[in-house]
This record gives sequence, C-alpha cells and structure tokens, in this order.
Amino acid sequence: MNAHLPILPVLIPVLSAAVMVALSRQDLVLARVLSFIAAAAQLVVALLLFAATGEGEILVYRLGDWPAPYGIALVADRLSAAMVLLTAILGAVLLLHAVCAWDRRGRHFHPLFQFQLMGIYGAFLTGDFFNLFVFFEVMLIASYGLMVHGGGAARLTNALQYMVVNLIASSLFLFAVALIYNAAGTLNFADLAQRVPTIPSSDRGILMAGGTLLCVVFLLKAAVVPLQFWLPGAYGHAPGVAAALFALLSKVGAYALLRFALVGLGWSSLAALEPLAWLTLLAGALGVLAAPSLGVLAGFASISSIGVLFVGLAGADAARLGAGLYYLVHSTLAGAALFVLADLVRSVRREEGDALVGGREFSGRALLGGLFFLVAIVTVGLPPLSGFVGKLAVLRNIPVTVIEGAASWVFVLMASFLLLLGLSRAGSRVFWKTQKDGGQASHGPAAGGVAALALLLAGTLVWALVAGPALAYFTQAAQALLEPGAYVQAVMGAGVYR
Amino acid sequence: MSASAIVALPLLGAILPPLFARAGRTPALLAALAPSVVALLLLWGQAASVFSGVPEEVRVPWVPALGLEWALRIDGLGFFFASLILAIGILIFIYSRGYLAGNEPIGTFYAYLLLFQGAMLGVVLADNLLLLPVFWELTSLSSFLLIGFWCHLPDGRRGARLALAITGAGGLALLAGLILLGEVAGTYRLSELAARQELILASPLAPAILTLILLGAFTKSAQFPFHFWLPHAMAAPTPVSAYLHSATMVKAGLYLLARVWPVFGQTDAWVVWVTGIGAATMLLGATIALFKDDLKALLAYSTVSHLGLVTMLLGLGTPTAVFAAMLHVLMHATFKAALFMNTGIVDHETGLRDLRRLSGLAKVMPLTAGLGTLAALSMAGVPPLNGFVSKEAMLVEVLAARWGGGWPLWGLVGLAAILSAAYAFRYFSALFFGPLRLPEGRIPHDPPALLWGPPLVLVVAVVVLGLWPSLAEPLLAAASAAAVGAHAPWPELALWHGFGAPLVVSAVAFVIGAAMVWHYRALSGRVLAWALPFDGRRAFFSAQEWLVRGAHRLIARVHSGVLGRYVLLLAVVSLAALALGWGMGEGWRPQRAPTPMNGLGLIFAGVGLAAIGLVVRWHHKRLRAVLLTGAVGLVVSLAFLHASAPDLALTQISVEAVTTVLLLLMLFFLPQHDTEPVAKPRGAAAASILIGSVVGLLAWVMMRNDGPNLADYFWSRSVSEGGGSNVVNVILVDFRGYDTFGEITVLGIAALVIYALLQGMQEGVAREHLHAWRFPFALSPTRHPLPFAVTARVMLPFLLMAVFYIFFRGHNAPGGGFIAALLLALAFLIQYMASGLSWTMHRMRLDAHVWIGTGLLVAGATGMAAMGLGAPFLRSAHGEVHIPGIGPVPLASAMGFDLGVLLTVFGAVTLALVQLAHLGQLAGFLPSRTPMDPARPKPSEKEG
Repeated sequence: MNAHLPILPVLIPVLSAAVMVALSRQDLVLARVLSFIAAAAQLVVALLLFAATGEGEILVYRLGDWPAPYGIALVADRLSAAMVLLTAILGAVLLLHAVCAWDRRGRHFHPLFQFQLMGIYGAFLTGDFFNLFVFFEVMLIASYGLMVHGGGAARLTNALQYMVVNLIASSLFLFAVALIYNAAGTLNFADLAQRVPTIPSSDRGILMAGGTLLCVVFLLKAAVVPLQFWLPGAYGHAPGVAAALFALLSKVGAYALLRFALVGLGWSSLAALEPLAWLTLLAGALGVLAAPSLGVLAGFASISSIGVLFVGLAGADAARLGAGLYYLVHSTLAGAALFVLADLVRSVRREEGDALVGGREFSGRALLGGLFFLVAIVTVGLPPLSGFVGKLAVLRNIPVTVIEGAASWVFVLMASFLLLLGLSRAGSRVFWKTQKDGGQASHGPAAGGVAALALLLAGTLVWALVAGPALAYFTQAAQALLEPGAYVQAVMGAGVYR
Repeated sequence: MSASAIVALPLLGAILPPLFARAGRTPALLAALAPSVVALLLLWGQAASVFSGVPEEVRVPWVPALGLEWALRIDGLGFFFASLILAIGILIFIYSRGYLAGNEPIGTFYAYLLLFQGAMLGVVLADNLLLLPVFWELTSLSSFLLIGFWCHLPDGRRGARLALAITGAGGLALLAGLILLGEVAGTYRLSELAARQELILASPLAPAILTLILLGAFTKSAQFPFHFWLPHAMAAPTPVSAYLHSATMVKAGLYLLARVWPVFGQTDAWVVWVTGIGAATMLLGATIALFKDDLKALLAYSTVSHLGLVTMLLGLGTPTAVFAAMLHVLMHATFKAALFMNTGIVDHETGLRDLRRLSGLAKVMPLTAGLGTLAALSMAGVPPLNGFVSKEAMLVEVLAARWGGGWPLWGLVGLAAILSAAYAFRYFSALFFGPLRLPEGRIPHDPPALLWGPPLVLVVAVVVLGLWPSLAEPLLAAASAAAVGAHAPWPELALWHGFGAPLVVSAVAFVIGAAMVWHYRALSGRVLAWALPFDGRRAFFSAQEWLVRGAHRLIARVHSGVLGRYVLLLAVVSLAALALGWGMGEGWRPQRAPTPMNGLGLIFAGVGLAAIGLVVRWHHKRLRAVLLTGAVGLVVSLAFLHASAPDLALTQISVEAVTTVLLLLMLFFLPQHDTEPVAKPRGAAAASILIGSVVGLLAWVMMRNDGPNLADYFWSRSVSEGGGSNVVNVILVDFRGYDTFGEITVLGIAALVIYALLQGMQEGVAREHLHAWRFPFALSPTRHPLPFAVTARVMLPFLLMAVFYIFFRGHNAPGGGFIAALLLALAFLIQYMASGLSWTMHRMRLDAHVWIGTGLLVAGATGMAAMGLGAPFLRSAHGEVHIPGIGPVPLASAMGFDLGVLLTVFGAVTLALVQLAHLGQLAGFLPSRTPMDPARPKPSEKEG
C-alpha cells in the first residue's frame, strides 16, 4: 500500500468516477455515497502521503516500472504532498455544499467533480511535463463541465470564453513542450534540470523559447496580469461549489511554474515576475471595488490574492518563498470560502441574487452576514485569521530597503486597503441595507453550504494558529525548490539508461 | 497566566450573552458582566507585582520565524489602561441593559462589546510588536460592528464604513511601522525597545517608522486631519459612544504614543509633529464642539479636542508631561463617559438630543440634570472637580515646555481652554436650565436606576478625584514610569496649588467662556455664516465613489468580455515570450539537411493551402467551412503517410471522419443562414498570418535541429521489454501508458460534458425552443434510401472484423485501441445515418455511459493488476500463449489496457452522437420515430 501512495490520489477519483459513470447514471444517491467514500479515501491517502514525506523523504513512483526519463515518474515531496492534502480537504469540504445545493441541478456532477480532483492531484504529483499537459487537459475539460453545470446564458457565455482561451493555452503548452524536448531531449523535470546546464548556447534559444512560452501558459492558469482577464467572468458565474474548487486551479498554475522554472530550468528565483505581481494585486483590488456582484467580486479577490502570492514567490530565499507557499494555502481556503458565501447569498436572495445592491429582507441574513464578516476578514488579511498571518509572513520576508521590496510593500498594503473598502461596501449593501418590511419568501441557506463555509473558516483559523510549524514546513519545501539536488537524485537515481 | 486569562475571558466570554439572552435581558447582562468582573479581579490581583515593578509576563511562541508570539505583560501602563477598560466596561454593560429597547438583540450587542473589550485589553497588554496590531485591528472590527449596530439607518452604515476605512488604513500603516521597528531593533518585544533606542534612531528607516506609527496612532485617536470619522461614529448606540469612542478605543492611539515614547519621545520630529498635531486637533475640536447643537456631536468634537490635548502632552517630550497626559486620560474617561451616558438618558427619555429643541430639563429630570451638570463642569475644568486637576497639570506642563518657548503654545492652549469652558457651560445651561421645552407628547422623567446608576458612579469619581486627586497618584506614577521607562519625580497632585499663571488662565477662560454662552446666539450666527463647513464624510465617500467609478471604467475596458481581444492579447504575450526566450540563445544554425521536396509533396502542400484559403474565404458559410476543414485534415493525414508515420495517418483520418460527421450534425442546430463575415478582415488576417508564420517557423527550426532525444531507448526496448514491434503503440500503451490513461479520461469527460449540456437543453426554456423550431427547407421524402440501408447493414460485420483486426495487430503494426474505437464508432454511425436513431439504438443495448465507465475501469484494472503483484501501476507483462491448433500467439498485458482505451473512446464518441441525435428527435426533424426496416411490409410513408 505504502509503496503505491503517489499513484493512489489519482486512481481513487478516476476509478470511483468510472464506477459512477458505469452504474449510477440515474441514481444520485449512489453517486453521492460513492463520492463521499472517494473523498474519505482521498483524505486518508493524502494524510498518509503527507506523513510519508514529512521528514523530507522524496517518494518516486515509476509508472510501468520504466526508469526516468523514459517512463513517467510521479514525485511526492513535501510540497506536492501538502498540495495533495489541501486538495483532498477542500474536495471533501465542498462535497457538503454540493450535495445540498448543486448536484441535482444537472447531470454527472459527481463524476465531473472527481475527475476534477483527479486532474489536480495528477498535476501536483507528476514529475514529467508532458504528463503535466495531460493533467492540465483533464482539469480543463472537467472544469468546463463543472462550470456549465446547471446551465444559464451568462454561465455558458463566460464558460465558452474560458474554454477557448484555455484551449489556445493548451496548444501553446504543446508547442512549448515540443520546443523544450527538441532542445533538451527529455520530458522529465529532474532530467531537464540535469541537462539544462549542458545544452549548448546555440540550442538555448529553442530551449528558452519553449521555457518562456510554458511560463506564459502557467501564468495564464494562475491568472497573473496581463493574463488575468478570463477569471472573474468564468468563476464568478460558475456554480459556487465549482468556483470554490477552482480556487485551487490557479494555484496549480503557480505550483507548476515553481516546479518548472526553479527545478526544471534551474532559475534562481521568479524575481522577474515581481512587477507583474504588483499589477495583479492592483487589478484584483480595483476589480473588487468595481464588481457588480459577490461572485465576480470573489473572482477579483482571488486575483488580488494571486498578486500577494506572487510577491511572495518572487523571492530568491527559502524564507520568502516559504511565506508565499504558506499564503498559497490561505488564499485557497479564503477564495473557496468567498465563492461558497456568494453562492449561499445567491440562493437566499431570490430577487437580487448576489448583486451588490440593497434589497428586501431575506432569511438567514444575520447568519450569512456574520459569515461574510469573517470571510471578509480573511480576504482582506485582517487578524486573527490566516490572511493576516500570511500577509505578515510575506511582508516580513521582503527587504524594504531595496526598491522592489519597498514597492511590494506599498502594493500589498494598498491592495489591502482597497479590499477593505470594497468588501465593507459590498457587505453593507447586501447585509445591512435591507428594507425591514416584506421579507422575501425563501428558505434559509442550505445546511451543507453553511457547514462547508464554517469548516473553511475554521480552516483559516487553524492555519493561522499553526503558522509556526507550517511556515517552517514550507520553508523547507521552498529550500528543496531552490536546491533541487535531492529531488533530481531521487528521480534520476536508479538504473538510468544512457 | 492571569494575563492570558484577562484577555481571553472577554473574547471567549463573548459567546455567552447571545445564549443567555434567550432567557431574558437580565441573564444576558449577567453573562456579559461575569467575564469582565472576573477579569477585573484577576487584573487587580496583579496590583502587587505591578507596583513593585516586576510585571507578570506570559510568552507562548506562535510563529517564531516571524517574531510573532503570544506575549502579554502587565506593567504599570498596561495595568492603568486595562483597569479603565474593564471598570468602565462594567458600568457600560449595566447601562446598556437599561438603554437598549426590548426588541433589540441585546445578546449580540453584549457579544460585540465583549469582543471589543478583549481586543482592547490585548492592545494594552501585548508585549509583542506584531501581536499588538492583531488586537488593534480587532478593536477596529468590533467598532465597525458596533457603529453599524443599527444597520437599518444609513448613518449607521456609512459611519461604520468610514470609521473602519480610516482606522483600518491607519492599522495597515501601523503594521508596516511595527514590522520595520522590530526589524531595525532586532527584537519584537515592546519591553525591550527602550534599551535599543540608539540602534533604532540610528537606522535610516527611523523617520519612516515614526511616520507610519504616528499614522496609526493619529487615525485611531482621531487626530487632525483624520478626526472626521469620530463624530460620524456617533451613529452607534450611546453606550458604544461612551465606551469605545470616548473612554477607551480612541485612547489606543494615545496608549501607543506612550508606549513608543521611550524610543522616539524626545526626538525633534516627535516633538514637532506630535505636539503640533495634538494642539491643532485640540483647538479644532473645541471650536467645532461649541457650534454643535446635537448633544452627541458636541461631545464627539469635545472628545476630539481632549484627545488632541493628551496627544500634545505626549509630544512635549518631558516625563512629567507624560504624567499629566495619563492624568488627563483618567479624568477625561470619567467625566466624558458620564456625559455620554447623560446624553443617552436625555435621548432615551425625550427622543431628542438637539439643543435647539430642548431646554429646562432640570424641572422634570432633576437627577439627570444634576449629574450632567457636575460632569460638564468637570469638563470645563471647574474646581473642585477632577477636570480642573488635570487641566492645571496640563497648563503647568505647557508652560514648562521647551518647544516654542512655551508661549505660542500657551496661547493656543488658553484659547482651547476658553472654548472648552464655553461648550461645557453651554451643554448644561442650555439643556437643563431656562424655560422648559420638550417635544410634543413626551413627558420625560428621571430614568430607572439602571440608567442613572452607572453615571452616578462616574460622577462620584469625578468629585472624589477632584477633591483628593492624590488617590490616583500611585496608579498614574506606575503608568508613567512604565511609559517613560524610568521613575521621575512626578508632580504632586493636589486640588489647590496656590495662585499662579494656570489659575489665571482658568479664571479668564471661565469668564470668557461664560460670556460666549451668554451671547451664544449672536456669536453662533456670525461664526456659522463665516465658517466653511468641511464635511469629511462626504469628502471621503465622494472620493470613494470616484475611485469606484474609475475602477469600473478601467475594469470594463480590460475585462471587456470580447473574446477576440482576449485571444489577441494572449497571442501578443506569447509572441513576446517566444522572442524573449529565443533571444537568450545565440548562434543557432540548421543542423539537419532538409528532406528534398518531391512532386507529391508539392501537390499535398498545394491542396492543403488551397483548402485553407477557401476556409478563410468562406469562414462565414458554416457547411463549406466544416467540409473544407475536413479536407485539410485529410491532406495532413496523407502527409503523415508520406512521412512514414502510418499510425499517425490512421489516427488522423479516423479522427477527421468522426469529427466532421459530428460537426455536420451540430450544424443542424445552428441558424441555417450564414453568419456575418469578420468585420475587420485585414487586422484579423495580419494577426493570423503572423501567428501562423511564427508557428511554422518554430516547426521548421525544430525539424532542422538535431538535438538529443529518447527515441533510441524506445527502439531498443520496444520488442524486448514492451513485447511489441509497433513502437508508437508500445509508447502509447506501455512506456507512456499513463499519459494515454489521462487522455482517454479527457475524452470520457468530454463526452459526459456534452451529454450534460445537451441534456440540459432538453429541459426548460430550451426544450420549448426546440419544439417550436421548424426546419426551414423541404425535406427529402426518402431519408433512408433502401440501397444505403441495405449496404450499410451488409457492411457492418466486415467493419467489425476490420475493428478486431486493427485492434489486435496494434501492438506490432499500425493500429491499436484508439483507431479501432473510432472505426467502430464509424461503423455504428453509418448504421445511424442509414437507418435512423431508433433502429440503431434498439440494437445497441448498452448505454454509452457504460462503455465509458467500463473502459476506464478495464484500463485502470489492467494497470492495477501489476500493483497486486508488487509492481508499479501499468507495469506490463508479455509472453506467448500457446493456443492448440493455432500455435504460439504473442500476447501482452498492454492489450488489456488498449481494450480499455477502445471501450472508452468508443463510448465517448457514441455518447456524443446519440445525444445529438436525441436533440434532433426532440426538434421533430430526425426521421427515425418509426424504425425504418426494409424487412417490414410497409416502408415508412408517414415519415415525410
């Protein structure tokens, strides 16, 4: 069992989804049961994987028993194990919301949900960048399916744009892989890391053309300015439960970029991206001010948090990179929480939906208002939840005495302020500006969604409380990215054919 | 430990009042009081250690890497402020029980107040530079909730947002300042800062740190020019105004100034800015307060003024001035909280707090009038009340100040003293004396004890502290000593200091102040006509609206929702990235000789290019575009064949066939007329040609480059270890079978998405559209020509044989599961075209979902079989099986995997096809309602 740990996070969702497709096309109950069993199994496996890599072990799983770089190798180290655990937790929590609100509004919700998880796990675990392409495809098509789940004109229009843009990105991914393979003759991150220094300068142009192109693809997935445009519309109109899960997708882009650029290409840092991170922060924060609805606001808030994330990831030292990774987890939980909240508001405000306008009294206003207050605290980065600790960790590790550092400080703090303005404005309109007379006849928010939201918020609290060990953990994980020797050795170690 | 308990009790206890409120309002009050009282007892239990100068400390590591720890320390300063917070809090809780109406959620109210109390205690007890902003922001947040407690009132909402924005922005600045301070000092412990003063002041960052910290303190304590949020915070229920916005929270800024005083307190920048801003605020607040008719507004500006006074004292740079500041914090907290409660009683009883519409209330509310008058006299600084004591002390300090030679500041202070005497006199004289004026229909009287009890306690303190101020001396001395970091000879506190300049100033102030109130009407008429009312709130909100509009405009431009722009942007970024990357290399030369072009190649290229040209020409004519795209695909597959890639060619051609048929089926559901041609063909053409050329160029470079690759390994291991001589297939199902597993999953998902989307279209509005829709052209009477149907059926077994053949040879020769699946799908597609959906579906018993699911399971199970034997997923085995009569047959486990591929791909294509056909049936077009069967005697006549 333990020997197969790295493949199980992929196999469990895909096989359970296959069983659902084969057996339970008409039976929602069976699909739900299978989905929960699958989620529980993923949690167990993710925890085992987390435990197995906690001391810095690197598990390499050679598919088909072919040695790297010829076959595909899965690699589980601290970073990927943590990401897998995050995915498993988020998936399980969101299922609570799904079964109460979403899975009966269209077909095949549960298989699509599991396929989505499979794609994310696969991307986190693979050590091969063509295989990464495959899992990007799995993620893309499953996310499209979830995005249009339940239908509706706005949803379909935005999802179509998402699909077109991302299909183009897929082609670019293929071009990039071809270029890199053409110059380096390998598809494996670790092997690439070994070969890059030996590639003659005449071939470097081909290699780096592919490299930069692949970075563009990852930046698009991560929604970094100027490639952020697709996110708010697509996520803002997607079913809330899907959008909440998509909070992870942009992180997959950031993760892949780290693996590829720092390990594969051997760059010393992503410092070149720092100005883009500033613009991302700003675009997100301004978008939050301009957003017409909570869903779109959540999308822009995600963009803004991507900005903070990349400010952290732009560091060349393990402490700052580790702070960025700590923030990544926070940003996923916070983004998911905001999307779920927007969804709940949409479900109880029959007339205004999640539009940022005052309206008639609705049931569950006090409860949702309180939850919104907490979500806003997390999103803006106010204490005591993880947003504050994350922001603090990022700021603390940026040298303010250099000009880029000072600029990062200014942008992070300014964006926090704009988010504060935007969210207090939004919350005041939706939850405070209500006419007391004539409430809307509606049921309260669904229990599953509230439970999911409460769990996510509890997660941010726990994340803030365990910040000490968590930061230490991610600093070590970041160290492994900056000095990938052990990673390369683990993957390329045994029985390499030359 | 008790320090943690003191902070935690109110924070955790906040959950109690909402629960106990279910039992009634008094249980809610008791639940709110319990944590505060216990905390206060715990705090006073620390008195001995505080006064002996050995403060209790708690340190629990939180995030060591950042310097953030749960560190609390009860020193004299913290003890002083914490006592104020808890003691006044208890009075406020009792008062609130009487103040809030019966139908208001008092439990929630108490919960917010307790949250605030805990946060505020955290601010004053925190001994960590990063823990302090945690509590600091929590006070802003609880203040936001409390100001917005009456959220149905627009003033409440806007006041809350304004306060949060200003104090929140200040909090961010403070956070930045404290992070830098800790970094420069090399410690994040507040108590260790004083010892590192030189180190901090020597840093080039010191001015920035000071600025940021002052921004935090000034915004929180409503100093000019950030003072304007405080009056609007008065939209809160009055207990909140009394507690947060006069007695405690707004003093957090003062507390902070006192805390960093040992580091910065004697620098020039500090003295200039803190004194200057404080004095300006003092004067401004007092001036505005005099001309406010709303009682709460009057008190709010008075608070602003008094906060300015304390700020000024902290800025003077002498330890005794710090002592005077602490003294005034105490005195102000007592009389101002009492005055707010007094206003609250008036408001509660009359429903008004407008000085123009109320007067002479002493006649009906003597007790209230007495308490209010005493507190107001104290505010005016009239002896023998406590306001007098602290005002004297302040005047003494200002006179002794080294900055400004004392005199200019002296003048300002004197002016402020006059003004504050005037507004304090006006408060009680206009409200309680003169002719009785009341709103109609209200007969006010003194309130129940719940409402007058708490202010009575405060007024008693006002009197006692005025008569015997030395009572407070130990407390203030401990606080001041902790603030300045050393024991100094503190001034002696007494009511009577003898005659001197301060007393003269006081006396003059009372006379002029009284005269101003006497002639108030004339004065106010003149001043109000002359004053330019600057409305900070309106300025703030119009600035915010301006920002929102700007953001709108910007976002609308960037996030235009125009797909073409997005695609163009992506293309531009990609091209730039390619250029950047290419530029990092140098001196690339083609290494491989090009394959010579022959006649066949030329013909392919020509046909392909022509087809592409025609697609562009007819891009708006759907049918032609689809067919021509198919033609391009055919040319490509021929090119693959020509380049000795038969597997690719087979795959390409079957994919082309299937997609073209599916696209044609889709066309049926699109509008039958052509679309508009592209509006700006030149720009689109230029972009397309550029992108195409770059991609072509990349392909050319790659084909002319001779880099390393993995092919040798695959060639050499394919037969020996993969058990197949078709390397392409062995790569697909073995070397990189995991990729294939992922890709068939993608196909399966795509089919499910198509199913889900089209199923959605068969419900709701779309269904009605489909029903109402009529095919605009005449339909052929014989849609299932007999010869076609018969031929198709005859061909079926042959096609199936071909499928088997292609599948089984796949491992050694061109073919394999994917191609076989597409061929199989085509075989059924032909039946469907020839004989209609019902006929075909009737004979295909298994639902396409089952094929997809089973296919994935088969592929997965084949891979997992190896896991059972201790090998990794997808480890293959191969060997020869001896079949009697036939002989040895080579067999590889990868075939099982390939079968999974076949089933999934077949299922995916079929599902898409069937779903489209269903949709057509729904639209009433597709002819196959009655199965078309040549064997039946009556061929379908009604099918026209």
